[in-house]
Amino acid sequence: MAYTKRVDGRKIDEMRPMEAKVGVVDRATGSAMFKIGKTIAVAAVYGPRDLYPAHLQNPSRGVLRCNYNMMAFSGSGDRVRPGPSRRSKEISLVTEKALLPSLDLSAYPGGVIDVYVELIQTDAGTRCAGITAAAMALADAGIPMKELVSAVAVGRVGGTIVLDLNKEEEDYEGHATDIATAFTTRSGQVTLLQMDGPVTKEELKKALELAREGCQKIKELQVKAIKEKYGTKNGGEE
Amino acid sequence: MTSIIKQHLLSTLEKGFRLDGRKTDEYRTVTVEYGISSKSAEGSAKATIGNTQVIAGVKMEVGKPYSDKPNEGTIMVNAELLPLSNPDFESGPPGIESIELSRVIDRAIREGHAIDFKKLCIKEGEQMWTVIIDIYPINDDGNLFDAGALAAMAAIKDAKFPKVEADKVVYGELTNKKLPVEALPMSCTLIKIGNHIIVDPTIDEWNSSDARLTMGILEDGTLCSLQKGGDMPLTIEEVDEMVSIATKKTKELRKVLK
Repeated sequence: MAYTKRVDGRKIDEMRPMEAKVGVVDRATGSAMFKIGKTIAVAAVYGPRDLYPAHLQNPSRGVLRCNYNMMAFSGSGDRVRPGPSRRSKEISLVTEKALLPSLDLSAYPGGVIDVYVELIQTDAGTRCAGITAAAMALADAGIPMKELVSAVAVGRVGGTIVLDLNKEEEDYEGHATDIATAFTTRSGQVTLLQMDGPVTKEELKKALELAREGCQKIKELQVKAIKEKYGTKNGGEE
Repeated sequence: MTSIIKQHLLSTLEKGFRLDGRKTDEYRTVTVEYGISSKSAEGSAKATIGNTQVIAGVKMEVGKPYSDKPNEGTIMVNAELLPLSNPDFESGPPGIESIELSRVIDRAIREGHAIDFKKLCIKEGEQMWTVIIDIYPINDDGNLFDAGALAAMAAIKDAKFPKVEADKVVYGELTNKKLPVEALPMSCTLIKIGNHIIVDPTIDEWNSSDARLTMGILEDGTLCSLQKGGDMPLTIEEVDEMVSIATKKTKELRKVLK
């Protein structure tokens, strides 16, 4: 039977309730919180600052360094063992790659921008929530950006392509297809694309288009959150 | 250095060909050799794509099933970027490159349901087989993702269960029972340099790549895994084009394993 009624009653192209706030970590250069359903991500940006050891420096532009971490109590089952895992290292890498196309780091040769993403509570879609929060934090930090980045998961649950899977949908009948995506907000290009599970070529295209529409809504919320901190007179991005 | 090579690559691609004379959607010669460590490993293979050589070996261990999957066994995939294979690789604990490589190959095998995990269960809740796949590049001339995945799939295909006596594995003595291989997910990697999309990059192409997409594809054309890499974005249309090329290419690749 096709999956027509979602477990939490949402429409197929409906995302969970979202909240965004910019400026949540006072000590940081920039920071933001993004909540989607029960998933809560906090991102803080430090820098631009000098990068050591010096061999890591790039003489032509600043280096972006991201760190994704789930707090020990934030998982849906057992306690998450603290410290970096293979999973968190890979997510840190793809977070970096997802954000990089939106940034202009040419003003910071030899420097580094550190982005720390912490998950306080998780209910699927954590890397996407982290990227969405990090993009706002980078804007808050005043790092030159060509555009924002918004991220959302799409997937195939019981044969239906749906937007923004929660954990229950991710585990649906033991095998849903989860596709993590991120898009640049102005040019609408893919900067994150990861998938596990089966999908046809046509379904993938449909899923990506659905994700891009979802990301437009996330962008509106990101812009609103940035404007809330800085006032609307001069606006932030757009 | 790299940027000079990249300019050169771009100017030849503009003219419609690659430095080694291949077309943009052409693989180098692909071969697979089975049983390269047949005395020690339960299964092993070497995959060659042009000058890129990767070997993979399977070892099997008996363990306790995970509490949430009491009637299933599992797999582990590990890749080590040997300094022997590339002057840019350094010794030491696994870096992010090798972690990504092993996790992307793991995803293709796991999500492509290459192995029936239920058939790896020995006694529900008590004993299961863990299939451990170790991947080593011997010569890295680019595209370790596809060569690694191909070597891993071939090693799984080659593998037989070891003998078990009194709940202990007797290594070195194999039974005639093959691993329950149910599907052959194939990995295909395309990169984008400038505005050009090419398949199976050599090391120079790999190092000049702006964006990368690795796809796991099953026999019927279903995609089972995706991983985007690189510093530049891709459009939805480019992703779609890459999927079309990869679907065609994996059909050819699959023949090597048959």
